[in-house]
Amino acid sequence: MNKGLVLGLVVVVVAFGAGTYLGRATKSDMVITSSSTGASYGGGFRAEGDAAASAAAATAAGSIKSVAGPATDKVLVVKDGESIQEAVKRAEPGTTIRVMPGTYHETVYVDKDDIRIIGVIEEGRRAVLDGEGKLNDAILYSGNNFVVENLLITKYKGNGIMGQAGNNFEIRNNVVVDTGVYGIFPQLGQNGVVEHNVVSEIADAAIYVGMSDNVHVAYNDVFDSVAGIEIENSRHAIVENNYVHNNTGGLLAFVTPGLPIKTTYDVIFRHNFVVGNNHANFGAPGSTVAGIPAGTGILLMAADDVVVEGNIVSDHKTAGIIITDHGHASNITADPESEPNSDRVSILENVMLKNGYDTITEARALLLAEGKRGNVDILRVGPSPGSCIVNRHQYVTAGLDDFGECGFTNTASISTYLLPPVPPRVIKPEDRGRIAYLGICSGCHVYNGRMIGPPVQVIQALYMENPQGIADYIAKPVKKRDDYPEMPPQDYLDAQTRLAVAEYMLQVKN
Amino acid sequence: MITALVLLALPAVGGADDYTLSSHCPPSFEKTATGVCELRDLYQLYDSLQNRGVGGTRTALPPHRDGFTPEQIDLGRYLFFDPILSGDGTISCASCHRPDRGFSDGRPRSIGIHGQDAGRAAPSLWNVAFLKRFFWDARAGSLEAQAPGSLYSPQEMGNNPARLLSSLNGNPVYRRLFRDAFPDQRSGSIGAGQVYTALAAFQASLVSLNSRYDRYVHGYEKALDDREIQGLNVFRSFVARCPECHTPPLFTNEQVAVIGVPEPPGRAFDVGAEKTFGSPKLKGGFKVPTLRNIARTAPYMHSGTFTGLRDAVEFYNKGRGHAVPKGIQLYLHWHITDPKLSDAEVDRIVDFLQTLTDETFTPAIPARVPSGLTPIEHPQRGDFQ
Repeated sequence: MNKGLVLGLVVVVVAFGAGTYLGRATKSDMVITSSSTGASYGGGFRAEGDAAASAAAATAAGSIKSVAGPATDKVLVVKDGESIQEAVKRAEPGTTIRVMPGTYHETVYVDKDDIRIIGVIEEGRRAVLDGEGKLNDAILYSGNNFVVENLLITKYKGNGIMGQAGNNFEIRNNVVVDTGVYGIFPQLGQNGVVEHNVVSEIADAAIYVGMSDNVHVAYNDVFDSVAGIEIENSRHAIVENNYVHNNTGGLLAFVTPGLPIKTTYDVIFRHNFVVGNNHANFGAPGSTVAGIPAGTGILLMAADDVVVEGNIVSDHKTAGIIITDHGHASNITADPESEPNSDRVSILENVMLKNGYDTITEARALLLAEGKRGNVDILRVGPSPGSCIVNRHQYVTAGLDDFGECGFTNTASISTYLLPPVPPRVIKPEDRGRIAYLGICSGCHVYNGRMIGPPVQVIQALYMENPQGIADYIAKPVKKRDDYPEMPPQDYLDAQTRLAVAEYMLQVKN
Repeated sequence: MITALVLLALPAVGGADDYTLSSHCPPSFEKTATGVCELRDLYQLYDSLQNRGVGGTRTALPPHRDGFTPEQIDLGRYLFFDPILSGDGTISCASCHRPDRGFSDGRPRSIGIHGQDAGRAAPSLWNVAFLKRFFWDARAGSLEAQAPGSLYSPQEMGNNPARLLSSLNGNPVYRRLFRDAFPDQRSGSIGAGQVYTALAAFQASLVSLNSRYDRYVHGYEKALDDREIQGLNVFRSFVARCPECHTPPLFTNEQVAVIGVPEPPGRAFDVGAEKTFGSPKLKGGFKVPTLRNIARTAPYMHSGTFTGLRDAVEFYNKGRGHAVPKGIQLYLHWHITDPKLSDAEVDRIVDFLQTLTDETFTPAIPARVPSGLTPIEHPQRGDFQ
């Protein structure tokens, strides 16, 4: 029946059976801790320079709600029958694109900064992006400061909303139904909010935060999918106040090996309703989530510094919480650069009800080896050094005997890991000019020799006091010299960069 | 191609023993106050998450190698094209890494010394400055560590360290050029480390970041036509999932992936990175190659299984594991799926891949090299295509 992630337990059982069984806690060791008193979590930011400092400042200042920065008054309206993409093409950075109720069959891609796509909801009628089972993705963005709200997205084959490296994103109030592999998938971005979305019928993770930093996932309703909310190879993520139900697995924090960014740490799962995630696994063969045993509330694999606090975790037939490592996941690749264990997991007070009632054989064997009866709430297989649990006596646990008491009881001192809008890299005009000159112009022009184009010295003599003349010429060159090929236009550089490069060119000295 | 022709037409300078090393940095490099060449490219206007150089459009590149002197780079150029580096003086680095073939060689597998099948395809050298692992099986951790792997392989250049240093030290021009390129080490003879450094310096200067795709990235939407943009969107869609491994801006995530490519008929299965890492889970795994200049480097995959770009793209569309040999268990990468792309979508991906071509900064092939041998030697073997 359930195979995949939790395998190879025979060896583990032998180890536990031989050693820790005799030393496990007895009633007289019981430590009762109240989460309303006691220390608060200090946060997982390590020395990461400015980001850590500004995040600390943000936390001190209270909750951040907007990471994309303020909207301008530039607005484009898209009506039923029109194309959202055409509006995106016309939109300058800073534009809000209002999408009126109606049905839109398209893939919308956004490769520029500061674009907001905001659906207008009229008496319950939304702007519907319908891929008709034919289109790949509904929304693809790579620009920074991207906002998408109020859409209904359905019947796509790839993703509902996918980000590739955009920072400062806000994905809010969308309904995403049956959009293929992922529902909402920000990847390789920093500083984003995913909140108040309703996501269902997704073949992998409904909300998948991949290789990202500083992400806040809150107040989402996520169901009927293989994985509910997955935090993968990401840092500084808070997942709170979500309702995650009837998926195969509810909340996941993973390090997936074989990816270019190798770590997951500093993840807080708190105050979520994780309920009845017993859906049969319909993940694609070969996908990582295809190995999740149905009936898993929270699954941690190789993720470090994860805090699980104040969740209601009920009705999971395999277990409420599973903590495991790469060694026990048979269906993932090998990666010598990925640290395989879930280090420093902190399980604070959670309400755990009716879990583990039809668990996997391996969990039963582990319980048996530890001399325990009952249905397993929390199962740990594989090393998990430095981990801790509060009020362990409340739960049926397997493999947790070396977990210590936690040094804190709550995360109340951390409201968010979001940052003020992460600014683009600041480039001084002279640096911009130098980079463009060397990165482009130097392929054809040298200071005092002949290459593809005329020597820079000659150009300097022609345009001595006239950088704008160069900037204009390179945008739309005309053939001037019989003995040189015509210059290709450099109009892909914006006006500011063209002028900067012209000014740089005029002062080149060798 | 105009570029290459013009550069080739540059006149040779001076007489037979009058080699001088350039004191200018190659295009895209700035000579700093300390006299070394540092890379400048437009991606330096951007950042990347965790400074790993993987992302979307306006993402910084991964950390790179630079900081060599112009003289070291130019010496590396002479060495690269000089057959004196091979065991019998018949082949140079450029025999398998030809500038006119995207610094690959147009063959399914390279031909090494004595006409031998070298076993795997010659990878393109464009943008190797950004890579951390070398060879298809990722067994070398730097350009300097890679060089002896090819120089001394009996299937590749067939040399050995003693013979290499003996031939170079026996050449007065090279002795002088090495002294010019490594002035701090004037005393003594040419050392192997200097050879590797110079070769690394030259290869790290091979930068291709000015394709039409790059122009699109930097904000010029018209750099790509509608079909190419459609191709970009199929490419990055989560149905095709190409950039999950071929991640911009380098179009590789530098990981090892097991994708289950069949060997050409008659060839034994290649375990690839399993051997490097001692890990059966990496059996049949190879380094994800960059797609920059991919249209210039047919045939494709580690042993040239696919002759054309479309064949290579189509492989991923034929279903997970469709070509895994019977009896061999592979842990196929999770992004190898069954995407069921339409023929038109496959065509659009191929259209898009053509936009990644940029050979603007192709270096000049030396008209002659200090050994007096022919700079690029690839006659009588017939080209693959």
